Amino acid sequence: MKFSFTEKKDTRSGFGDGLLEAGKQDERIVALCADLTGSLKMGAFQNEFPERFYQTGIAEANMMGLAAGMTIGGKIPFTGTFANFSTGRVYDQIRQSIAYSGKNVKICASHAGLTLGEDGATHQILEDVGMMKMLPHMTVINPCDYNQTKAATLAVAKHEGPVYLRFGRPKWPVFTPEDQTFEIGKAIKMIEGSDVTIFATGHMVWYAIEAEAKLEEMGINAEVINIHTIKPIDREAIIESVKKTGCAVTAEEHQINGGLGESVASVLSRELPAPLEIIGVNDSFGESGKPEELLAKYGLSPEAIVEAAQKVIKRK
Amino acid sequence: MEQQVDIEKLQNLASQVRRDVLRMVHAVQSGHPGGSLGCTDYFVAMYNEIMDYKVPFNPDGIGEDLFFLSNGHISPVWYSTLAHAGFFDVSELATFRKIDSRLQGHPATEEGLPGIRVASGSLGQGLSVAAGAAQAKKLNDDNHTVYVLMGDGELQEGQVWEAAMYASHHRIDNLVATVDYNGQQIDGPTKDVMDLADLKSKWESFGWSVVESNGNDMDSIVKAMKHAHSLTRKGRPVVNLMSTEMGFPIDFMVGTHKWHGVAPNDEQLEQALGQLEETLGDY
Repeated sequence: MKFSFTEKKDTRSGFGDGLLEAGKQDERIVALCADLTGSLKMGAFQNEFPERFYQTGIAEANMMGLAAGMTIGGKIPFTGTFANFSTGRVYDQIRQSIAYSGKNVKICASHAGLTLGEDGATHQILEDVGMMKMLPHMTVINPCDYNQTKAATLAVAKHEGPVYLRFGRPKWPVFTPEDQTFEIGKAIKMIEGSDVTIFATGHMVWYAIEAEAKLEEMGINAEVINIHTIKPIDREAIIESVKKTGCAVTAEEHQINGGLGESVASVLSRELPAPLEIIGVNDSFGESGKPEELLAKYGLSPEAIVEAAQKVIKRK
Repeated sequence: MEQQVDIEKLQNLASQVRRDVLRMVHAVQSGHPGGSLGCTDYFVAMYNEIMDYKVPFNPDGIGEDLFFLSNGHISPVWYSTLAHAGFFDVSELATFRKIDSRLQGHPATEEGLPGIRVASGSLGQGLSVAAGAAQAKKLNDDNHTVYVLMGDGELQEGQVWEAAMYASHHRIDNLVATVDYNGQQIDGPTKDVMDLADLKSKWESFGWSVVESNGNDMDSIVKAMKHAHSLTRKGRPVVNLMSTEMGFPIDFMVGTHKWHGVAPNDEQLEQALGQLEETLGDY
């Protein structure tokens, strides 16, 4: 294994710790939360900066409007709630008051995807990346582990413009460096390879790394690229890698419709037609279960990535 | 000593703004004249007597009063008022709803029309934005006031009541909302479409100070907004329930929802303009 981990931590804690640090660095940062302070790990920010923390109650539409309004006084608002209520529930509010209005709001969304687990499909949103990436001027980021989520939160604070920052609930391997810099829109090559490229985002980056190790045992040399920023997508990184490998697999904890795979497909079909396999949830809602069980059941596993890689190499 | 308000001057400007509204909507045969005409006295009062704002436009709005229009479809009256207040040239009103214009059908900020800070048109969002802007003012120790206008029909949107609850809970007392209480919406009288019942009690029960006014009487609306302002910084947000007549004062437009989103034809335009004195020259 080219990457290893000594601990597991949730990406939402990376957000919470990043938010606290960002708040120390820049007093313009304010945080709003719709009754999920504990879930979003926003308590540390609330304790440190009570005058800059706004409890909105269970009223997400209002929270989005408040955040848009706060930017007018030069504030940098971070909104916090579950990914489901951060997107679909308030799409029109985000569209009109934030994106179309060009407001510098950071929409921070936890408990995204199947790994929310036992709460089931009502809360396991798998459509949020698609909804957010369709909005003009919206940046969409889905970091892979605790350290990267923390770095992403700090980068987002310095970025001018609306951002959707997506993270998860479960404890997950921490395998990227603590002191990393995070460049929005710049993919990270995790493992160099020549036979196939695996483009992964969010929790699935770790599975891509596990898949690479299995492929190596089979004599297949895979390249692993971490696409933490889904929009704007790093076209150059995609083209450069697929020029070398000639085929690709994408992996994401999201609906295939509207997700990372379609963004990569769009780049490739226009600029470098190449065989592509997309790992994601196939036009389905989720269900209750343990995170790992759900990922396996819905076809999001290192084994599924390995199979897809074998298949796509044959199509070269 | 408070300066004497020149009501006649404000009325003359209101007459010109109403002429602009009719001509703008007529020129493109689209737009919303009814609510625009009904709220003209309010807009003229706000931008010429009530608010302390800066020209040229300052996007951050720090150190000045802010205005938000939640019911964005009455954009013509706002555009005309902003132009007459010096935010942009009055001649630009001729581009309303035409391609390549900054005067979009509903207010937008993407093309940066001076005077506008947030897009509106999808109803029910303005009070939330205004409450956020008012809280930012508090954080900035900016002792100015945030104003927002809403339609009465849009109070049917749940988000308005989320914002109303929030504003009183967080004691946002530098915020003055006004409801254009004309009792009309697209499908008919509000009491038939979805009755708002007792609005005064509703706002009071949400913890707001309530002012009532006649929005089609310049003297009344100026006094009401000054009174509303005097109630700010006392721990509660303030709402002005402003009675208006849609289409005021055009005799064939007044008091009906039928002119909510319908443009006058050539003959109707002439008839309407005949009822409004030209005071500053048409754009």
